[in-house]
Amino acid sequence: MTDATQDITQARHVPDRLNSRAARVFKSWEALLLAVAIAIFVVNSFASPYFLSAWNLSDATFNFTEKAMIAFAMALLIISGEIDLSVASIIALASTAMGLAVQYGAGTPELVVIGLTVGLLCGAFNGFFVTVLGLPSIVVTIGTMSLFRGISFIILGDDAFRGYPASFSWFGQGYIYWVFTVEMLLFVIIAVIYGVLLHKTNFGRAVYAIGNNPTGALFSGIRVQRVKFILFLLTGLMSGVAAICLTSRLGSTRPSIATGMELEVVTMVVLGGVNILGGSGTIPGVVIAAFVMGLVTFGLGLLNVPGIVMSIFIGLLLIGVIALPRLWVMAAARRKA
Amino acid sequence: MSVLKKLATSVALAGAMFGTPAFAQDDVRIAIVVKALGIGFFEAAAEGAEEAAAELGNVEIIYTGPTDTTAEGQIEVINALIAQQVDAIAISANDTDALVPALQRAMDRGITVISWDSGVAPEGRQLHLNPSSNPLIGNMIIKLAADHLPDGGEVALLSATTTSTNQNIWIDEMTAVMGDYPGIEVVATVYGDDLADKSYREATGLMQSYPDLDAIIAPTSVGIVAAAQAVVDAGKVGEVNVTGLGLPSEMAGAIESGASQSFAIWNPIDLGYSATMLAYELSQNDVEAMAGAEIPMGRMGSLTLDENNEGAMADPFVYDASNIDQFKSIF
Repeated sequence: MTDATQDITQARHVPDRLNSRAARVFKSWEALLLAVAIAIFVVNSFASPYFLSAWNLSDATFNFTEKAMIAFAMALLIISGEIDLSVASIIALASTAMGLAVQYGAGTPELVVIGLTVGLLCGAFNGFFVTVLGLPSIVVTIGTMSLFRGISFIILGDDAFRGYPASFSWFGQGYIYWVFTVEMLLFVIIAVIYGVLLHKTNFGRAVYAIGNNPTGALFSGIRVQRVKFILFLLTGLMSGVAAICLTSRLGSTRPSIATGMELEVVTMVVLGGVNILGGSGTIPGVVIAAFVMGLVTFGLGLLNVPGIVMSIFIGLLLIGVIALPRLWVMAAARRKA
Repeated sequence: MSVLKKLATSVALAGAMFGTPAFAQDDVRIAIVVKALGIGFFEAAAEGAEEAAAELGNVEIIYTGPTDTTAEGQIEVINALIAQQVDAIAISANDTDALVPALQRAMDRGITVISWDSGVAPEGRQLHLNPSSNPLIGNMIIKLAADHLPDGGEVALLSATTTSTNQNIWIDEMTAVMGDYPGIEVVATVYGDDLADKSYREATGLMQSYPDLDAIIAPTSVGIVAAAQAVVDAGKVGEVNVTGLGLPSEMAGAIESGASQSFAIWNPIDLGYSATMLAYELSQNDVEAMAGAEIPMGRMGSLTLDENNEGAMADPFVYDASNIDQFKSIF
């Protein structure tokens, strides 16, 4: 009996464990993931002569930068025990709003403001239903997933918005220096911000506390609903940032933009070691997971592996890394017995 | 130790997944990028591309595309193709505009880019290959009916909606060439709104209003199937011939029952073949894509480009009892 209880506790990855710091780092999810990332990098370098080229790798980062921006905010949301499946639809709506503004002569600064505002509003909309009305986030955001994209379809129908100002293309097509893109810079900045927010602030501790035990968190004085509302706002905001980058990269808006991206974002978060049931996970894990997914899709793409095989590979990778710690715990328990 | 072991396993696993690809650097590599993999129409186009490759000899076809019909997915594919420095990309686009930046980058790096089937905006490709053209389609739909009416007769049109751009253009083009088909009289034009039940009712109504009707022309894939069913149900097989534009998979039954003698639509095999030939010509033979240019495409003749660098491949391909079995499983 006591063994079983212990297993459950370990499986939940309660953040404050009594292992030594070195052992913790060595045995951690991030170490495993990093090993996988390095392995994929090495294999890709051998598998394709085109892989190790600065420009090609630079192009490859577009496979994950936009998704990762949302994934950081999503990681916090999932750690707190909630989820937002409407992120791709928020992108569609934000992009449509920007496209509409272009038709009325908006310049780049206005477009950025509009993109971010629509993202925030959508996040607030989700947050309201979850935190004020107390509805389950998965239900609410499945609803808004159809709602937000539905609005885009009503506005655009079969049409597309074009004619974005030339300076707007900087976000998705611009370079800071040599092969380093604007999106990469944003990716790094956002990763650092969310890393600090989650791991170095009271707010971050509150997120973990809520995910592990919302009632306990409430009784220890954390304003649970407010924290969750802020997390929905942040996820909406990041979707707005991603919408700006993606729209800028595509140079046009159609209501089908970013279809299916929500699942890739959630996959990235879970692959990064965030417990889908909430309570644990780290930002460095998500960063590495972003690289793993980007490298896998680009590497397989270089070998012209069909997209469906890529999906299978990502799926196996996901199940593999989720099953591994569980198997690990079971094996450890058996060794002890 | 355990991490090392895991690393070793991952490498071995990944290695097994990747296998050992063969690189034939001397071959001309032409990428056929489709809207999504696993669609019969595009699989058939890939077959045509392979046929062209075999004819040309030194060509390697890379048949690829995303899992879903998204522009983002195609951009990832395009990036991977740019990285591989393929010689040419021939794409059926999921989005007219969103692919332009990615394809422009491909052209900047010396890759020939053409679009086929579903086009890319002019600034994102060197030329676009349409499967057919409005005049050719307009002529074909009346020709299909007239071929089975050597002594002339009455025909009626079953179109989609009154505002369907494509159908209206085709009907206009048809009207323009009616002089070439003496004895053929169009007695009515009705609209089934591209709904199966409404099209069925309209077709039934036509047969009641015009007892001597010889053919129903439906330039829409919904209407043609509904009209064929109406003819069967009215017991008029052999009296009224249903023709127009339809999909082989949906029309196989109508051909079998005799309700339809023949119908037309693009041939995906020819389309893939022609796209490959054009991509080869542009990338290898210094052919320049510009207005008025005539670019050879093997057994399909040559493509003449208009002011938008677009061209029409051929007449719509005619499907009848002789070839329906081959195509009905394709699309």
